[in-house]
Amino acid sequence: MSALRILVPVKRVIDYAASSSSIALISHSKRKQQSNTPCFTGQTPRQQSPNGRRNGGVKHSMNPFDELSIEESVRIREKKSYPHGVSDIIAFTCGPPKSADILRTAMAMGADRSIHVETKDGDEIEPLSVAKLLRAVVDKEKVDLVVLGKQSIDDDAGQTGQMLAGLLGWAQATQASKVSFEGDGKGVVVEKEVDGGSETTRSNLPMVVTADLRLNEPRYASLPNIMKAKKKKIEKITAEELGVDLGKRLKTLKVIEPPPRQGGGKVEDVDGMISKLKELGAI
Amino acid sequence: MIPRASHSVLRQARTQLRRRTGPTPVASLSALARLLSSLAVLEQKNGKLNHGSLGAVTAAQMLGGSIIGFVAGGNIKAVAEEAAKVGGIEKIIAVDNAAYDKGLPENYAPLLVENIKKGGFTHIIAGHTAFGKSLMPRVAALLDVQQISDITAIEDEKTFVRPVYAGNAIATVESSDDIKIITIRGTAFAAAEAEGGSASIEDGVDPKAECTTEWVSENLAKSDRPDLATAGKVVSGGRGLKSKEDFDRIMLPLADALGAAVGASRAAVDSGYADNSLQVGQTGKVVAPQLYLCAGISGAIQHLAGMKDSKVIAAINKDADAPIFQVADIGLVGDLFDKVPELTEKLKQ
Repeated sequence: MSALRILVPVKRVIDYAASSSSIALISHSKRKQQSNTPCFTGQTPRQQSPNGRRNGGVKHSMNPFDELSIEESVRIREKKSYPHGVSDIIAFTCGPPKSADILRTAMAMGADRSIHVETKDGDEIEPLSVAKLLRAVVDKEKVDLVVLGKQSIDDDAGQTGQMLAGLLGWAQATQASKVSFEGDGKGVVVEKEVDGGSETTRSNLPMVVTADLRLNEPRYASLPNIMKAKKKKIEKITAEELGVDLGKRLKTLKVIEPPPRQGGGKVEDVDGMISKLKELGAI
Repeated sequence: MIPRASHSVLRQARTQLRRRTGPTPVASLSALARLLSSLAVLEQKNGKLNHGSLGAVTAAQMLGGSIIGFVAGGNIKAVAEEAAKVGGIEKIIAVDNAAYDKGLPENYAPLLVENIKKGGFTHIIAGHTAFGKSLMPRVAALLDVQQISDITAIEDEKTFVRPVYAGNAIATVESSDDIKIITIRGTAFAAAEAEGGSASIEDGVDPKAECTTEWVSENLAKSDRPDLATAGKVVSGGRGLKSKEDFDRIMLPLADALGAAVGASRAAVDSGYADNSLQVGQTGKVVAPQLYLCAGISGAIQHLAGMKDSKVIAAINKDADAPIFQVADIGLVGDLFDKVPELTEKLKQ
């Protein structure tokens, strides 16, 4: 048995802490533009924002679930939990030029090198296409384990890992909260979050794992590691070179703000709350 | 099944021919509706139909066209019979094989794909549950289809509405795939009537795909309270509860007084006050009960994503500026350690 080669796909998304109003603002300005790509990504041209407000500067960062996948991969190496060791941790992203930032972050956290399939600003690539890109990378790089986040917090689709496992015909474990390896280096035991509790399954490598929030606590990249990461390699490759068509199957017709919910005001005490609950027919 | 299919194809051909002479858009729409054929993937556990999964039937009814239910597992007969009684279903496809009991996607996905190919369905619908989330994208990839996740509304047979950005935006998407694979948000589609139907039951094809994953064990939180995802009332606690002991002491009696399910914020779950399975939010459960009563929850975006479609939201928090008060119908500013027990006592009377 040889050492493990791990692929970790990461995505650049609007920071999870960005306020809903800034997200709404982007969607609003996109509608004003009557853009054909209403999947707003925060890269709206600044000069086109309504009322001269700037909205291109919304903070982006690595999808939180992807930080967990990087962390888990690095821990597999550090804790030597896989009996034959880890030979390679490859971070991957498909996104605009700025996505290189999150590849640097991934490498500062411990990934060895990166692959970047560059797309134009504002292009949204669907999970099926990403899964096909990943399949090509898995074949090219002889990967045995792919660790993904369970969903991206922008599209909220939660599909890529499962699609990749399907395309490869590999085992899958979704919403993992614990990953461990058996002594022979073949079996992977994964505890998964399911409705009502957790479930444990055992799969054979190669496989695809998607990370749930409780898998681990991602580390902060230290300054020396950030400096080191600058020397690590980002390989740029095109979708064509990987033989993947990024054509979209879904057309976004519109993106709107959800109907606003009005706070109903406050009550003075518990009695007030009970009478209001009764008035609203809630009890 | 085959004679019936060819019959409907014949009828379809006839309508098509007839329409050539006098085409109207309305006629073409209804002709399309006849061509629609939806497969509702129904969940079962230990020989019992999961009624939560009947939302898929409701969604199929909204699409129009014929509705076929799908169940698989060991000794599936009882489940198939139960599913056959569900209103609106024309036929149940049942596959009797204990290999599918745990819903492992490695063999369940090929099973579904074979049955989809055989049945020629246009729409495949499942709940956006742990089962549906794990299975359907794999099915979609095998069929080379871009799935549409967690939809909350259906506009027409190819246009669907789904929340993105933790529910901060609502996207309407149109699919160009021949087969539409959809998972539905349970709170947006009520379960179909469990009685009133009389569907026929038919054996499905069983490709007996090899499974590289084996099920080892499960650890499910046991509770006599209603299921969180489908409960009419939910009481939910956050970081403000301070400890697991306080969470249990303060929130559980309130839940019992109301007959409500118990939920929690991520902060409460991460701090160990409540079980993971109780988490409400973008990464936990999405609920939309009649009443969502929360205490000690500030109302972060990720939490609101899981509960803001509740009919009535009531909040108790000592911080008058907490974002939760911007969405709450009833807000009470105060210390939850005083207010919640008082509320519990008064509700009991």
